[in-house]
Amino acid sequence: MKQFLAVIGFSLLTIAGFAGFSNYGIPRIEPAPPPVQEKIDLSAMTMDQFISLGERVLNGKGTCKLCHNELGRAPLLEQIIPNTEKRLADAKYKGEAHDLEGYILESMVNPSAYVVAGFGKSGSNDTVSPMPDVSGGSIGLTEPELLAVIAYLQDSGGAEVTVEIPTDAGDAAAEEVTAEEREPLEDPLEIAAEFGCGACHIIGEDEGDIGPDLTKIGATRDRDYLRRAILYPNAEIAEGFEADIMPDDLGDTMFAVEVERLAEYLASLK
Amino acid sequence: MRPRLLSRMSGALLVLFLGLFFVPMELPGLDSGTAFAAEAVAADAVVEVSPYQPAPNLVEKDYPTFLGFNGRIFVWIAAQLHLWFAAFVLAVPIFVFIIEAIGMKTRDKRYDNMAYEFIKVSLTAYSLTAIVGGLMTLGLLVFYPHVMAYMTSIFKETMIFYALLFFAESACLYIYYYGWHWLQGPFRKWVHLTIGLLLNAVGTVLMLLANSWLTFMMSPAGVDSAGVFNGQVWDAMHNFLWNPINLHRFVANIAYGGSIIGAYAAYKFLSARTPQEKAHYDWMGYNANFVAIAGLLPLPFAGYYLVAEIYAYSQQMGITLMGGIFAWLFIIQAVLIGTLFLSANYYLWCGLGRSEGGIRYYKYMKYLGFALVAAFLVWFTPHTLVLSNEELKALGGPYHKYLGPLGIMPAKNTAVNIMILMTYLSFLYYRRANKIATVNWVKAGNTAQIALFTMAIANIFFLGIYHGYFTNTVYKVAASIPQVLTTLTVIVMSTVIDSMIYKNSTEVAPQRWGRVPPRSQYALFLLAVSFTWLMGLMGYIRSGIRQHWHVVDVFRDNSPDAFTPSLGYATNVISVATIMFMAMVIFVFWLAQISGQKTDAAGFWKE
Repeated sequence: MKQFLAVIGFSLLTIAGFAGFSNYGIPRIEPAPPPVQEKIDLSAMTMDQFISLGERVLNGKGTCKLCHNELGRAPLLEQIIPNTEKRLADAKYKGEAHDLEGYILESMVNPSAYVVAGFGKSGSNDTVSPMPDVSGGSIGLTEPELLAVIAYLQDSGGAEVTVEIPTDAGDAAAEEVTAEEREPLEDPLEIAAEFGCGACHIIGEDEGDIGPDLTKIGATRDRDYLRRAILYPNAEIAEGFEADIMPDDLGDTMFAVEVERLAEYLASLK
Repeated sequence: MRPRLLSRMSGALLVLFLGLFFVPMELPGLDSGTAFAAEAVAADAVVEVSPYQPAPNLVEKDYPTFLGFNGRIFVWIAAQLHLWFAAFVLAVPIFVFIIEAIGMKTRDKRYDNMAYEFIKVSLTAYSLTAIVGGLMTLGLLVFYPHVMAYMTSIFKETMIFYALLFFAESACLYIYYYGWHWLQGPFRKWVHLTIGLLLNAVGTVLMLLANSWLTFMMSPAGVDSAGVFNGQVWDAMHNFLWNPINLHRFVANIAYGGSIIGAYAAYKFLSARTPQEKAHYDWMGYNANFVAIAGLLPLPFAGYYLVAEIYAYSQQMGITLMGGIFAWLFIIQAVLIGTLFLSANYYLWCGLGRSEGGIRYYKYMKYLGFALVAAFLVWFTPHTLVLSNEELKALGGPYHKYLGPLGIMPAKNTAVNIMILMTYLSFLYYRRANKIATVNWVKAGNTAQIALFTMAIANIFFLGIYHGYFTNTVYKVAASIPQVLTTLTVIVMSTVIDSMIYKNSTEVAPQRWGRVPPRSQYALFLLAVSFTWLMGLMGYIRSGIRQHWHVVDVFRDNSPDAFTPSLGYATNVISVATIMFMAMVIFVFWLAQISGQKTDAAGFWKE
């Protein structure tokens, strides 16, 4: 009996060890819930909001950045605009697009129409893309979402935004738009005041002391870093400060142009 | 003369069965050959609309509730218990068959006795497999009736075959077990062995059928984007991930079966009262551990093949698996696999004490241990842990500042190949422990083996470093195949050289089975518990990468439990299930033990 109990105790301890490591030895992360489709009123949306929607779709529901990133799994999206003309003229091109808008749309719903060299499916000699049709399957982007992504890519790449916001998409589903229906603010200090930055940071006339002093933040941090710090405040925590204090939903409540203006302003504080 | 003729006929029968085991199935409704092709042509020509319904678009109220049970956890635990038992009862007959064949060839009765004891243990487990399988089916019917209806509409033929094969397997197992002592002798033993082969063939086909259902849910085939089935069940079965899962499970089952039998032998060893009993169960434990290691060594390769195929099927699914929240799960997996390798090696090192000659190798074990731990730590190192921006925020960044470079796949591939080589080296030392070579080229042979290992390790490191840090990301996994081939080459060549060196060798002293410390037996328990828990973890991830889909991309899960549970929560469920399984296994072992005991009840019965 003693032997039996020793074996049982040993086995239970082993299981407890594994469970303990899994619970306390690695970060405790709650996976994102399944995506929820919500109806939006596209008719009341400004182009800036539509572009902002495109950015969120690209980073979120579209899962584009899973592969289109620096790790080299798929071509960088910044390469689209400077290369579109060349790709459309390429003998390998099998699609029907004639312009940038058509090409971006085609690359999302029929990715094999043109496969960038080195990014084809293994063994296909760059004739088949590993990318799925993002309008179907588990990604399932709707038409307004596809157009919003095109608008964002055109806007962020410095090209003219040629897409129009669909007006007859009353039943179209898209991600919830939580940005208030207001005009984007111009003045960075107004933006900071609007979103309560001064409650925690020293900025403008406000002197919060919970977060880092921003009066000379541009001397040590560039614009890219500051943009990321606004959108994903817990990605990197400044020494001496705590995580999970700053709201992490500013990406949902600020206009994209407001984020850019604020980041640019902060980067200029030297 | 007659027995010899009969033996040959039985041998031919055995070969025939073996052939059947490897040829494609020719079952009506399952074949993709001429008949189906003709049907498909006819269907294309005449029928435009499939008689099958699309996958239903369910809402929350379509998922029944029952007495407050959580349907997902009920099905999860029942399915996991079923899988554990099924893996055990599929694996044991495989190596029982092999051990019986070895006994038959060598005419060493010990092998026959050991094989019989193994199959005796699996007999009760077989009943429990059916019971928990029934519970799982019940759970699916009660909590997921629409999912079952959809799956049944596609796989109904295979489900009927499954039920019929289950009867066939039961018949084979009962004849195999109850006829063991009856079917002894030159001819009868052949008949018995043939029944064992048939048992394995039927069991494997059962596994393949069940695998086709679950892989269809991961990589559906034979259906359109709305889930409408086009009527060719072979296409649905032969989906993209079917064979990778088949291979992975087949190899893993063997390793798992070995580990559970090892735990049985370890317990019997610790409880043994006589030196003879101790010797027997020590020998049994050694053989079970040998089977477990033989299955464990190729397992990482089967795993890589499976993951590569998942990436090939869907890059998104692959990244969800390896680059998102599940990436942390592979850190847990690394701990588990490290535990498996260390415990298996530790058991071998302890076993050196069985022979006087083993003592001379003790001094090398610390180096093997160091290499194993170092490789384990590299495997343990996380790198990219990003799926979505939300998860990026929760994780606090994608890379570790200093250890990130060790977390990439080429580094892990290098580590696992080194672990496998070190484990093989442990086995090689153990194999040599009690032997004295008599050939006159021992020195040359040893030098060749040292050169082989040195070149292989250098090559594995070179491939890992070159592909890991000097090539584009998309080519990083390219190192894995030549690395694996290097490892396999060493194992094969070294085994051949070693066998030649020790051909006609003499013994240092008689092998003393039973002369191992009790702590070595705990290594066998650790192996069994770790394996069980690891299988639970892998079951969670295999199912979890479907995320909020019953059938990926065609049949969405809209139940209240469609979310992915956190790793901590999932591992708690796995731990509870493991404890339940272990309790049932103890029951099985206890039954095997009392079945051999007799109580003297003098005075109770009428004279």
